[in-house]
Amino acid sequence: MNLFILGSLITPGIGLIFWTSVVFLLLVGILGKFAWKPILNAIKTREKNISDALASAESALNDMRELKSNNEKILAQAREERDALMKEAREAKESIIAEAKTKATKESERILASAREQINNEKNAAITDLKNQVATLSIDIAEKILKSDLSSDEKQKALVNNLMKDVNLN
Amino acid sequence: MASKINTFTRNKIVPFLFFALFLSFSNFIKASDGHEPENHDNHVAVDTTKKKKVDMAAIAIEHVLDSHSWHLWGDHHDATVIPLPVILKGNNGFSFFSSSKFENDVHGTHVVEINGERFVNFEEDIYYASETPNAHGQYLEMHADAKGKMHPTNAKPLDFSITKCTAQLLLSALVLILLFTSIARAYKKTGVTSAPKGKQSFLEPLIVFVRDEIAKSNIGPEKYEKYVPYLLTVFFLILINNILGLIPISANLTGNIAFTFVLAVITFIVTTISANKAYWGHIFLPPAPVALYPILIPLEFLGIFTKPFALMIRLFANMTAGHIIVISLVGLIFAFESYFISPVAVGFALFIDILECLVALLQAYIFTLLTALFIGSAMVEHHHEEHSEEAAHH
Repeated sequence: MNLFILGSLITPGIGLIFWTSVVFLLLVGILGKFAWKPILNAIKTREKNISDALASAESALNDMRELKSNNEKILAQAREERDALMKEAREAKESIIAEAKTKATKESERILASAREQINNEKNAAITDLKNQVATLSIDIAEKILKSDLSSDEKQKALVNNLMKDVNLN
Repeated sequence: MASKINTFTRNKIVPFLFFALFLSFSNFIKASDGHEPENHDNHVAVDTTKKKKVDMAAIAIEHVLDSHSWHLWGDHHDATVIPLPVILKGNNGFSFFSSSKFENDVHGTHVVEINGERFVNFEEDIYYASETPNAHGQYLEMHADAKGKMHPTNAKPLDFSITKCTAQLLLSALVLILLFTSIARAYKKTGVTSAPKGKQSFLEPLIVFVRDEIAKSNIGPEKYEKYVPYLLTVFFLILINNILGLIPISANLTGNIAFTFVLAVITFIVTTISANKAYWGHIFLPPAPVALYPILIPLEFLGIFTKPFALMIRLFANMTAGHIIVISLVGLIFAFESYFISPVAVGFALFIDILECLVALLQAYIFTLLTALFIGSAMVEHHHEEHSEEAAHH
């Protein structure tokens, strides 16, 4: 191996050091201002747009989910309310029926009582009437007895038979 | 619609126009055939003792080194080259001339007189020419070193020439500016509501990768943003030059130690400027017994410099080694002086070239990653106090 040439291989030349420094620093400046800045900004903006879009999609999904759960809640509430209403209605019906039943029983009892009373009254009236008739009849009989001859037995018997004939036992 | 087509064609044409301009300014030259054949013989005598044997090692090293003109094809004085501007800071101030003035001479035999000073090119280093030529026609005072290799002892002017590497650096910088400003325009035009397309969609993942995987994850989500432009520039400048370096006639810029040196120095400066109290505290007051300080402090202090130094060597060595392997494999054909070796040589060279495509991307990534890592480690908050407090509580 030729050491002299190898030596020149690892000896940096002043010219290239100078030009590389100048060109590199200019390149950083120029590319930084006119290329990297707009490109990186654009990429950043796009990434922000994408992440924003994703976030808004996510939030829309959440909103929808919330809406759905709300709907379900409302539905469940409605169902509950309906059940409550129906229960109430059933109770109302039952209470109405029960009330009607008690009313009817009471009414029938009242009617029966009044009928019983009336019957009693009629019976009493009839008894009174019968009593009166018996009294009258008795008086009539007594009158007739008194009027007829009560001397002999036959006569007495005839009289009784006679009287008995007259008695119209109803 | 018409304006759209116009901008489209203009965007495509601009790089070509630039390259065409580049070529026309530098106007291809071909050295005259009958030029000093005895000199040609001379330098062969200087170069190698055996005339027939090809010194592949020298050729390989020569190919990875910088040069003052852009060599395309051909040998020595018959070579077709793109001449590049030579800028020298000598005793009489700056001298500017075209590298074609050396007439493809790299053995110090052709003197360029300008600005009252005389220069010769010896193996792509420019020296002040001696008054009279030596036995080999070189205007240099040659001196043999311990190994018997001849070195010029002449003084050197400061060489600020636009060399092949510098030219490629400028070209790649221009390509990067055109490419990324056009992408920036695309973002401005289409806004951020549409998906990226074309070169935008190809480069955007790389930009996002550098930002997220390199900058954000190594520097931290709070402070990474101001380093992203720097890291992006480092990444793409290294990447484009690694890739350009794979093209046979191109310059080996990223395998040039001057280039990696500057990038490493900038990384060092950026790291040192961003460093917080904890970073310096860790170096000068390491969390270790005071008895170990005489060993630890110099080690930690040395660490500040070894990190960017390793960065410089890694990129340089990787790119240069890859190029030397390819040249050596192709050189097998010339070393064996047989065409039958060519399928093997070409096969291996192709394999290495494909590997180099991967290395080109990988080395750009590693350089940027380590730069971000160094910056990040210089800015990390210190946790040792917390630990000791915790320990005290326990």
